[in-house]
Amino acid sequence: MTYIAKPKLHHPTLLKNKAGYTRRDYDGAISTLCAGCGHDSISATIVQACFELDILPHQVAKLSGIGCSSKAPTYFLGGSHGFNTVHGRMPSVMTGANLANRDLIYLGVSGDGDSASIGFGQFAHVMRRGVNMTYIVMNNGVYGLTKGQFSATADRGSVSKKGVANSDSSIDMVSVAILMGATFVGRSFSGDKQQLVPLIKAAIQHRGAAFLDVISPCVAFNNHPGSTKSYDYVREHNEAVNRVDFIESKAEITTEYAPGALQEVAQHDGSILRLRKLDESYDPSNKGEALARVQQAEAAGEVLTGLLYVEPMPKDLHANLNTVDAPLNTLNAPDLCPGQAALDKLNASLR
Amino acid sequence: MKPTDIGNPDYFHKVVDCQWACPAHTPVPEYIRLIAHGRFSDAYMINWKSNVFPGILGRTCDRPCEPACRRTRVEDETMVKGKREPVAICRLKRVAADYKDDDILGRMPKAPAKNGKHIACVGGGPASLTVARDLAVLGYEITIYDQDPKLGGFIRTQIPHFRLPESVIDEEVGYITGIGNVNFVHKRIDSLKAVLAENYDAVFVGSGAPRGRELDVPGRKEAAANIHIGIDWLSSVSFGHISKVGKRVIVLGGGNTAMDCCRTARRLGGEDVKVIVRSGFEEMKASPWEKEDAMHEDIPIINFLVPKEVKHENGKIKGVLFEKVKAEYDAKGRRNLVPTGEPDPFYECDDVLVAIGQENAFPWIEKDAGVEFDKWGMPVVDEKTFGSTHPKVFFGGDAAFGPKNIIWAAAHGHEAAISIHALCSGGAVGLRPAPGVNIVSQKMGIHEWSYDNDISVVSRFKVPHRKKEEALKDIMAEVELGFDPDLAWKEAQRCLNCDVQTVFTDNLCIECDACVDICPMDCITFTANGDEKELRGRLNAPALNATQDLYVSGPLKTHRIMVKDEDVCLHCGLCAERCPTGAWDMRKYYVEMTHAEHACQTR
Ligand SMILES: Cc1cc2nc3c(=O)[nH]c(=O)nc-3n(C[C@H](O)[C@H](O)[C@H](O)COP(=O)(O)OP(=O)(O)OC[C@H]3O[C@@H](n4cnc5c(N)ncnc54)[C@H](O)[C@@H]3O)c2cc1C
Ligand SMILES: Cc1ncc(C[n+]2csc(CCOP(=O)(O)OP(=O)(O)O)c2C)c(N)n1
Ligand code: SF4
Ligand code: SF4
Ligand code: SF4
Ligand SMILES: [Mg+2]
Repeated sequence: MTYIAKPKLHHPTLLKNKAGYTRRDYDGAISTLCAGCGHDSISATIVQACFELDILPHQVAKLSGIGCSSKAPTYFLGGSHGFNTVHGRMPSVMTGANLANRDLIYLGVSGDGDSASIGFGQFAHVMRRGVNMTYIVMNNGVYGLTKGQFSATADRGSVSKKGVANSDSSIDMVSVAILMGATFVGRSFSGDKQQLVPLIKAAIQHRGAAFLDVISPCVAFNNHPGSTKSYDYVREHNEAVNRVDFIESKAEITTEYAPGALQEVAQHDGSILRLRKLDESYDPSNKGEALARVQQAEAAGEVLTGLLYVEPMPKDLHANLNTVDAPLNTLNAPDLCPGQAALDKLNASLR
Repeated sequence: MKPTDIGNPDYFHKVVDCQWACPAHTPVPEYIRLIAHGRFSDAYMINWKSNVFPGILGRTCDRPCEPACRRTRVEDETMVKGKREPVAICRLKRVAADYKDDDILGRMPKAPAKNGKHIACVGGGPASLTVARDLAVLGYEITIYDQDPKLGGFIRTQIPHFRLPESVIDEEVGYITGIGNVNFVHKRIDSLKAVLAENYDAVFVGSGAPRGRELDVPGRKEAAANIHIGIDWLSSVSFGHISKVGKRVIVLGGGNTAMDCCRTARRLGGEDVKVIVRSGFEEMKASPWEKEDAMHEDIPIINFLVPKEVKHENGKIKGVLFEKVKAEYDAKGRRNLVPTGEPDPFYECDDVLVAIGQENAFPWIEKDAGVEFDKWGMPVVDEKTFGSTHPKVFFGGDAAFGPKNIIWAAAHGHEAAISIHALCSGGAVGLRPAPGVNIVSQKMGIHEWSYDNDISVVSRFKVPHRKKEEALKDIMAEVELGFDPDLAWKEAQRCLNCDVQTVFTDNLCIECDACVDICPMDCITFTANGDEKELRGRLNAPALNATQDLYVSGPLKTHRIMVKDEDVCLHCGLCAERCPTGAWDMRKYYVEMTHAEHACQTR
């Protein structure tokens, strides 16, 4: 909790993007989360990504459930649409919103409790439906807001602040998302903005269900020795398979790479996703292999990060339902009502 | 880069831009906070200790602190009518003087028992008065000689009373003589040897730069009756020997003497008064606010004209002929004024005031007195000790290095007093005492600080002025009315508390990025180490101002370092508020220059 508002002043060299906004224009209210919470870093990363993508704030809808993580949208994109749903119900509200207005950029922000416990069912379905969105789980392995109970993503054997070991098997959100049909799946760490900013940018540009599992230490309840979601643990066990360097349609490659170090993934709209490979053998476009590698890493106690799976030509909910191009909320009576003659004809056919 | 040594008292002192820039290193933010709290006497005493003349300087200081003020670098032009402005540091000082308690005298020091040493000061200006104050409190006996009837030097004889009422001079000179053992002798000194023969333990020369530069053009002699040397004319006005001037007056020169001459002329009957200067407007020596004040009193400033000839008829002045010039810069960037070849402009006038510079003059110091002079006729003076080539003779103020201003005279006086005290107590004259440093955390609660960390974004407040018609009617009427406590409070809010330092303890940092994310100015970066130049370019925001330090930590767990650009930090404390481990803390860093009293600890 901070009593003063963040000063309006900014660095004299602060730049404006193509949309005419500075990075500070994407700020929200000052955070009320605990000092040092990983969630705040992720918020700052979302701000940076939106700034770099020249996004118009009023074209973004941020939706969340309940939890410290779900409070986070208040602290970024103050000029965007927001919706705090009840606990675990953000996916269905987001699905509805997306159906009503397909023109907005949808940002789902949730926690491991919100998405892997009470909202686990909703999580599965929003992925299988392929809602065009960026779904970020700020994953700290605990219910932060309710004072640190283990969540379903806590690793078996990891130890709580009070010294109790977790005896349940953990849910791996990345594997679940891939299995359920998400078409862009990545994992990162709140303490690694260099990896996370481009991942979020790529996820926002992906036209389908994009999911990011971002490990985000809870400094209040899960940042002690014995935790597998602490700053120290994640830094020591982070295995990045690749780094998204830039995504621009057909832009020249200006940096020199060793042969085979670069992987290009052609996208739906003709743009190209460029991945700098850190692990020569990892291919994120192969679903089966991706799942296997995620499982192997988990067994080895490593935290595999990077863009883990991507389907270059995704189909989203609207494509599946074959809806009209115009957002449904812009359709009015003449568009929707076929008229008396059509009704008469229909009625006649049923007589 | 190597980790920053914050144990060096200069490191955080430099971050307090105003205090660092002040020749006497006045603890500015501390007194501004005291003013905001209505503690005017405490604010006055902090000033009195550092700069000796708060009431005088609060009206007249050249204020080198203000251009240095951090606000000029961090204000957002769109919020302050397009102009970034410093805190009104100088005029807030006056508030402390205006609203201090009546019993302030009780807080002034008194002379202890005499220590048997006797010091002579030649000249009774601010430099000598500072020496007198610093030494009288140590038991020295001081004798000040001045050719003028009262103490104060140029402060009294030159600065017009509409800028500085004489009562303020009387009061602040009185605090010094009131210490005890400070004797004033109204006498012109004609021989240094004679003074030395009186066996003083040391002699301080604070005789100023008392000679006005002459105008050397045809017609000068013939029209002498109506051509006056600015500083002589101003002192004559001050003493009441001159009380009127012609209707049309030309003031030659662009420094503060010229500004005082023209404004004085406006009050003595001058209706058409102009300032005519060789240089361009920007290069004029007068401060921007002095030029503004002159122009506000309907005095035009005409630039790039060099006086060529004084025209006269039957011993009566007609006017001045000028040559028009323009500035040209040579390969080395030096400016030359070259004639434009346009016709020579002629301005009619009844009187000319010559304010084209001031010179030192030491006719009273004999060639064989033991004080060496350089080829320009200036004494050879050590820049640190202010000692001359004669072991017992010290210089300070305008007499040391040519005309400067009051705050420099006070700063010189402090240093000379330290040297004299060392000389008289058998210490090494070359050693300087370390400043007093006190560093205290401002943390009160998890997110509560004992200073007001909210940042005001309002523009600088203007000091109310007396109405022009009234001001011009009465040469004794002070033009500036000063801030009232309410305005002073508002202006004080603009101060960023740059002395409340961001202190980083590297072994507490968990690299969670919370400080980086919250910092409104993008001051903080965690990155790989490198050399300074290269680092400056790749921080979260480039650190372009090389005069401001980078604060660098030792290696952290990830082998990166924390780098903070001190340049544009608002001292808002948000980094420390967001830090979960207390690796950042806000600590008030009070640096106080040590004067002659504690000359034992050295730096
Ligand atoms: C017109 C004018 C306006 C100014 N306005 C400002 C201003 O607004 N703010 C500012 O900061 N500065 C101002 N200054 C500059 C400032 O007055 C001086 O820099 C400052 O007073 C220098 O102090 P000092 O102690 O060195 O000597 P001075 O103040 O010059 O004092 C020297 C004294 O020594 C006396 N003296 C000299 N020789 C002898 C001798 N042989 N025997 C006995 N007595 C002697 C002189 O009569 C004089 O009284 C102004 C100067 C002028 C000329
Ligand atoms: C229906 C309902 N059940 C239970 C709760 C209590 N509750 C609030 S937040 C929370 C868990 C949040 O955990 P997570 O999503 O991981 O967020 P975090 O605080 O860790 O970021 C729970 C169980 C609730 N608010 N509503
Ligand atoms: S309780 Fe944990 S998750 Fe919640 S704000 Fe505090 S540190 Fe963040
Ligand atoms: S903001 Fe205040 S402390 Fe900082 S330089 Fe200006 S006057 Fe000094
Ligand atoms: S005090 Fe801290 S947060 Fe505030 S501007 Fe300075 S470095 Fe940034
Ligand atoms: Mg959680």
